[in-house]
Amino acid sequence: MTNISFPEPTITAVSKPFWDKINEKQFYLQQCEECKQWVFYPRAHCPNCFSAKLTWKEASGQGKLKSWSIVHRAGHPAWQERTPYAVGVVQLAEGPSLLTHLLINEQELRYQLPVEISYQQLNERLLPFFQKKGD
Amino acid sequence: MVKRPKGAIIGIGELKPVRYSEGKTTLSLIAESVQLALADAGLTKDEIDGLLVGPQVGETPQHVPATVSEYLGVSPIMSNTVDLGGATGAGMIWRAAAAIEAGMCETVVCVLANKNEKGQVPRSPNRNPIREFDVPFGASGANTSYALLKREHMEVYGSKQEDFARIAYWSRKNALKNPKAIFYDKPVELDDILQSPIISDPLRLLEIVMPCAGGAAVIVTSEEKAKQAKKKPVYLKGAGEKITHRAVSQAPAMDQLPFAYSIPQALQQAEINGEDLDLLSLYDCYTSVVAVQLESIGICRQGEFGDFVRNHTFGHDGDYPLNTHGGQLGFGQADLAGGMSHIIEAVIQLRGEGGDRQIADAKHALVTGNGATLSETTALVLGGEQ
Ligand SMILES: [Zn+2]
Repeated sequence: MTNISFPEPTITAVSKPFWDKINEKQFYLQQCEECKQWVFYPRAHCPNCFSAKLTWKEASGQGKLKSWSIVHRAGHPAWQERTPYAVGVVQLAEGPSLLTHLLINEQELRYQLPVEISYQQLNERLLPFFQKKGD
Repeated sequence: MVKRPKGAIIGIGELKPVRYSEGKTTLSLIAESVQLALADAGLTKDEIDGLLVGPQVGETPQHVPATVSEYLGVSPIMSNTVDLGGATGAGMIWRAAAAIEAGMCETVVCVLANKNEKGQVPRSPNRNPIREFDVPFGASGANTSYALLKREHMEVYGSKQEDFARIAYWSRKNALKNPKAIFYDKPVELDDILQSPIISDPLRLLEIVMPCAGGAAVIVTSEEKAKQAKKKPVYLKGAGEKITHRAVSQAPAMDQLPFAYSIPQALQQAEINGEDLDLLSLYDCYTSVVAVQLESIGICRQGEFGDFVRNHTFGHDGDYPLNTHGGQLGFGQADLAGGMSHIIEAVIQLRGEGGDRQIADAKHALVTGNGATLSETTALVLGGEQ
């Protein structure tokens, strides 16, 4: 066994509300009050209209699988111990995309597969992984 | 007339990539590369009044122009760090030309190098969104990012593993004609590529560049000064650039990736079509990157690079000469200097110095660079005539 720990999120003053909600198993994203677009990752300004009026709101935690990869050679030594595993890009129902860890069997991975959030403990922290919808 | 930056390349210098560089520093490799380029141009270092350099993770993260100037013993009147990942080399060329045209300097050396010591991988000290929102989920490093882009292309357009493997196949085949290439004497068949170890599915080992040590320098001057050059000048005919995102999760749709803007802009400035190009010197850190570019040049339709690579040949004597130096997949990637190899091959071909890999009557080359995850892109059209 290695004692190298998983790389944890490098939380900032701007992103802290996102991670605080994740720790309560709640998925909150920012929505722009001006142009109504949802924003991910957390920012101080809307990347669409550049307004600073962003409001934290509960999001669905649902989306569709845009792409995925089965990692055999991880970029980090702690993750190498878990290989092979799946990561993917999920297009959230609210619009933005995010990168996440997938709790889905390789045989079931397909383009546009409906997926939903699944909170998983890693080190001392909860992380928003995704699973097949309804699993 | 379309407005465009004007300039000419009058000197090139390139170190032979090696897997590991014992006893070297990045600065010493930079100096070796500049010496070669000066000798090629027939200039002394006192004739250099501009210097463009790249970021150096680990060795010199900041104040790179001053550090390199001091090491080389030059005092440039224009200097900067260009930070476009694999597009840095191509990005330097038009920036050099633009600075010369603006009257800020006359002769610019653009240089990139990388040491690579066994067992020493400098970890990027990122504390930005990609570190916060990608790395904690098990997705660190370029391999997984490019695997995700490849998978998306396969799903959206139905492209196949074999289509991508063909790109690596031609690079490796072309490398057999370049004694400087890291894979000069290592032929592979299509099946070897398809059967190579899975790194990050659907990406296999032989679709990924080999990290190396090396360096390269290119000297850019005014069209006026180029008339007195020792060797045949190679002219900048057009340039295009586009940056859209950083992390793969934030990439635009497959048909709106930044090469869809930068390549057409370079062709438009040069007032030529994709079919007029004699050499495609396309940045190839991964096979998927070449696939996307082939679909942005106007020589094959969006999503159809697979048919294109199946139906054409890509050697120096082929239908569409592509990365005749072996590409980085065959030549090796000395970090940012890898991108320079595409510029240097274009200069060699347009000068007619290609030897037994010379493209007959080569007049125009498209050179590209790509950084991060198809995020930062630069395209240049280089020509043998003013
Ligand atoms: Zn907005």
